[in-house]
This record gives sequence, C-alpha cells and structure tokens, in this order.
Amino acid sequence: MISFVASVGASLLQVCQVIGRSGVFFVRILGWGSGFKAPVLRVIKQVHQIGVLSLPIIVVAGVFVGMVLALQGYYILSSYGSQEAIGQMVALSLLREFGPVVSALLFVGRAGSALTAEIGLMKTTEQLSAMEIMGVDPLKRIFSPRLWAGVISLPLLAILFSLLGVYGGAFVAVDVLGVYEGSYWANMQNSVLFYDDVIKGIIKALVFALVCTWIALFHGWNAKPTSEGVARATTATVVQGSLAVLGLDFILTAVMLGGF
Amino acid sequence: MQNRSLELGVGAFVIAAMVGLLVLALNVSGLRYQAEDDVYYLYARFENLSGLSERAKVSMSGVTIGRVVDIRLDTQDYVAVVKMAIEKGVPLSLDTSASVLTSGLLGEKYIGLSVGADEETLLNGDTIEDTQSAIVLEELIGQFLFSRSSE
Repeated sequence: MISFVASVGASLLQVCQVIGRSGVFFVRILGWGSGFKAPVLRVIKQVHQIGVLSLPIIVVAGVFVGMVLALQGYYILSSYGSQEAIGQMVALSLLREFGPVVSALLFVGRAGSALTAEIGLMKTTEQLSAMEIMGVDPLKRIFSPRLWAGVISLPLLAILFSLLGVYGGAFVAVDVLGVYEGSYWANMQNSVLFYDDVIKGIIKALVFALVCTWIALFHGWNAKPTSEGVARATTATVVQGSLAVLGLDFILTAVMLGGF
Repeated sequence: MQNRSLELGVGAFVIAAMVGLLVLALNVSGLRYQAEDDVYYLYARFENLSGLSERAKVSMSGVTIGRVVDIRLDTQDYVAVVKMAIEKGVPLSLDTSASVLTSGLLGEKYIGLSVGADEETLLNGDTIEDTQSAIVLEELIGQFLFSRSSE
C-alpha cells in the first residue's frame, strides 16, 4: 500500500520535473544568439527544412480537404435547397478550423518527428556535448533557429492550406456539382471577415507552431541517448504534439468566439 | 551554390504564402480598401431589423452601393438606428426610401434603397426619413391566422 502511494507520488514528481525542465528549456532557446547575419542564415536553412519541404504534403492535403468539404457540404446543404451557401461553408471551416489544425497535425508528423529524431541522434552521437566542449552553446546554435523556423513556417503553411482548400472546393462545387460560380464567391465574400476569420486562424497557427516545435525540440533534447530512446522520443513528439494541437484548438476557439 | 538555391526556395515559399494571404484577404474575405474620402454616411431608423447585421449590403436596384457600418438602439424612441456608408459617386435624393429586405427566402438581410424624386440630395450625416421595417415571418403568419379566424 505504502509502496503504491510512494510510486504515485514519485511519478507525479517526475511529471512535475519534466514540465519544469521543459519550461526552463523553452526560455533558454528563445534567445537569438550573437550577431545578426549568421543566426538569420541558420533560420533560413531550417525554414527550408521545416517549411519548404513540407509544402508537397500541405498542398495535396489542402486541395483534397477543400474538395471533400465541398462534396460533403453540397449533400447537406442541398437538402435545404441552399447549395449557394457552400462557398461560405467551405471557406469558414477551412479558415477557422481545418487550415490551422490539419496543417499543424501534418506539421507535427512531418517536421516535428524529423526534428526530434535529428536532435536525438545528435545527442546520441554526442555532437551536442562536443559543441559544449568547444564553447558553443547548442541551445542557441541548434535549437533556437529551429524554434524560430517552425514559428515562421507553420502560419505560412496554414495560409497556403486554406487558400488551396478554397480553390479545391471551388473546383468541386462549381465544375463538378454545378453550383453557380458567382454565388460561390459572392456568398463567401459576404460572410468571411478578414480579422475575425483570416487573422484569428493565423493566430491559432502561430500558437500551434510555437507549442509543436517546442515539444519536438524538447523531446529530442530530453531523449535517452540510445536508439530506443530516440524512437520513444519521436513517438512522444507526435502523440503529445497532436494532442496539444487538438486541446489548444478547443481553448483558443472558446476564447476567440467569446469575443476576444 | 547549394546555399543559393536553398535561399531562393525559402524566399519563394515566403512570397507565395504572402501572396496567398493577399488572395485570402481580397478574394475570400472580400476585404476592400476603402478610403474615408470615398464614402459618405447616412442614417436610417427602423422599427425592426430582424437579423440585419453589420457589413450587410446596401443596394439600389440590385446594385451594391454601400455597406452597413454600425447598428445601435436609440434608447429614447426604442428604434434601431443604422449607419450606412454609401459610395461618393452615388447621390441619393432627399426622399429616398429604405427598407430591410431578404435575398431569397432564407438568404441574408440587406437594405434596399428605392429612388426618390426630389432634386436635392442627401448629405453626409443625413437621415433617411422614409423607412420600412423587415417583414417578420412569424408576424405575417400570425396576421394570416387572425384574419382567417375572424372570417
């Protein structure tokens, strides 16, 4: 009995410690490093790794999500005889929810796992310790460019996702299902607000980017330096990142709809 | 050389996303740059708006000539006061009338203006006197039932 209580307490303490460690880690990687040009170049290289190379999956997913939304929406709306509202439905669901959330989930799977695996392997092969011995702070050199690159990339990816989804939806609604093109765009323009829908969606994507990259980097940094440890860390990144996105999405939506 | 193509790729990515944001703003959310000088403001008082919202269209003969920018309640007479921004190029005569209409059976509410005969035009800040409130479906059905039962 006592040993059970002790083990519960021990695991609680451990969770508490990990949260604290990740918080300290987050504050330490916020720094920019000295100089201007070299850090910027490092960030650009990572934006390429994290953002540009994620483009294919984002493009394909965006187009298909938009197309499916138009297809599903058409069958629901046509039972009320208001197929014309389909543009508005596709655009609002993409800008408010699907754009930020689905691209964040894809981002965790595509870029987050790669970040954790890369850094975990760096730790396993003692590259991080070697840097420290050389007097280079790996947190500033390795981690903070990746954090900033993630924060830059995901909102841009979410914008492209929503945009392509809207055009994918337009293709299905107008060319396949025969909704009048003018009413598709006009209904959309009448109901979508730039600040309330577009900008708030981008704010969501920014928050997701920060949290997902933080989780990915922390798990890489905190991984046990064995092949099994790296594998576990990568899995933890994907699972916790996805759950964080979905949970935060609920909170952010509640706050934003509450008139923020 | 490899560095250069990498930077080009990142630049193209960022520019593509910025253009995407612009398209989202202009083409999807219908954001238009409208300078303060291009519009003038009119007020109209309605007894019932029945779901008219800000940013609703103001149209004349089916052509959109402005938008609703503000709606509030006049607490002295308890009527709704609607502030509309009308394009400068559209002069409206003094006896223009305004009514709250619905596009289609279930569509959105908008304000329809119908042309007047007066030679003088409404100026910035004027109020349209001749207004007609929205038709509320429930009231209409109520009236219908009432008239049937009294027959």
